[in-house]
Amino acid sequence: MDEALLRSLTPQVLAILVRRGADFAAAEDAVQDALVEAVRVWPADPPRDPRGWLVTVAWRRFLDAVRADAARRRREDLVDEEPGPGPTPSADDTLRLYFLCAHPSLTPSSAVALTLRAVGGLTTRQIAQAYLVPEATMAQRISRAKRTVSGVRLDRPGDVATVLRVLYLVFNEGYSGDVDLAAEAIRLTRQLAAAIDHPEVSGLLALMLLHHARRATRTAPDGSLVPLAEQDRGRWDTASIAEGVRILQAALACDRLGEFQAQAAVAALHADAPTAEETDWVQIVEWYDELTRLTDSPVARLNRAVAVGEADGPRAGLAALAALDDSLPRHTAVAAYLHERDGDLTTAARLYTEAARKAPNLAERDHLTRQAARLNTRADR
Amino acid sequence: MAKYLLLKHYRGAPEPVNNVPMDQWTPQEISAHIQYMNDFAAGLEKTGEFVDGQALAPEGQWVRYDGEGRPPVTDGPFAETKDLIAGWMIIDVDSHERAVELAGELSAAPGAGGKPIHEWLEVRPFLAAPPTVTECPH
Repeated sequence: MDEALLRSLTPQVLAILVRRGADFAAAEDAVQDALVEAVRVWPADPPRDPRGWLVTVAWRRFLDAVRADAARRRREDLVDEEPGPGPTPSADDTLRLYFLCAHPSLTPSSAVALTLRAVGGLTTRQIAQAYLVPEATMAQRISRAKRTVSGVRLDRPGDVATVLRVLYLVFNEGYSGDVDLAAEAIRLTRQLAAAIDHPEVSGLLALMLLHHARRATRTAPDGSLVPLAEQDRGRWDTASIAEGVRILQAALACDRLGEFQAQAAVAALHADAPTAEETDWVQIVEWYDELTRLTDSPVARLNRAVAVGEADGPRAGLAALAALDDSLPRHTAVAAYLHERDGDLTTAARLYTEAARKAPNLAERDHLTRQAARLNTRADR
Repeated sequence: MAKYLLLKHYRGAPEPVNNVPMDQWTPQEISAHIQYMNDFAAGLEKTGEFVDGQALAPEGQWVRYDGEGRPPVTDGPFAETKDLIAGWMIIDVDSHERAVELAGELSAAPGAGGKPIHEWLEVRPFLAAPPTVTECPH
């Protein structure tokens, strides 16, 4: 059975139910039930019209739920005047669902969970496993999110930036369970790009594709991190890179630069370099200048300091770093790297150790500890 | 979306404000305390932030490897062990501020006289999986 097809139909089916007058929360539950049913029935008995099948089953489930709740007269009326098949859902319907699930009244974790379920068609259990929380907790998070947005009207367009932030969060979570969240984020961003013509949507999609292309080379078989300069570039996914570059170029041609396009441009320059030594660091610095102008993000400034260190030498990088708040995440790690490049191995080793203590994740901590150990055990001490 | 451990200590934490040992509370005060903890966990589940909660026995053993083919060596428990963990709550929250807010709430659990214990809780972030985007240039 084609699970990707099944899941890609989720937002359309949900939109049809909402259009027929079902409230969002009940419709969403009904669509989930229909998806579960499809997984059970389709392998033996595939429907000719998958979407029609899902709409029929979901609508029936919705009606069952309404009938079970006979006290709610308004919905009973709805049952009596059962509508016809209804209009075909448009790209706008899908788009409204994205906006609703990323609504600013939701916390980031709630928006992520609701998007994965209502737009992505993942089950609560899959989402819970991906985020390593109990299923009951995730179920509550989702039903709370649905309550939060239940009063939001679906007819007004939202701010696409809120949707992009949610998709970026999903992508960045990587893959910890059975569900590949990075791949899922790419699928959802692709679907969004098909529904709306916006250079930042393209920028985010390009960014994801360009990073995804390097994924297999970012970790060694033992799980340790492989820095960009040491990755086996022959194993980068060239098709994914080509697609990312093409999408980015089309987006940049619109001349409406945004943070995701600028980040994707940096990723494209890395992807474009046949060897680490051939990286065009001068251009990368320019893109980080654009990025800091657009976002004033401290992380962008930190990355800029690294790029300056490569383009103009470690002293210049350290000077750029000195202007930044040293409590920034990874500030110490960058300082260690630049000091090592500058030949001050004793300071570098001390800073690597300090950076390891502050590392936000295990793989980075181990990587930084190894770097410190490498310098501490060198032959010429 | 980050996980935090809220750690309770039998020993090793700074002294709480309402520092009366539990065996000197009234039975009603003990019930009220347990009810508060249960309600707190239930509340976390409702907000979609609960991951785990466990309590540990106060006494355990120390164990270490003693070489090929030999049984592990055991020792203790030691009365002088400074840091003795009583239990934990694991939460999955949107921010560090939220983790601190929840720890503060948990620390308000009632003790002797029905007054908050003001117990010191240790808030420790989990080391997560590395993010997809952040490249590591060093």
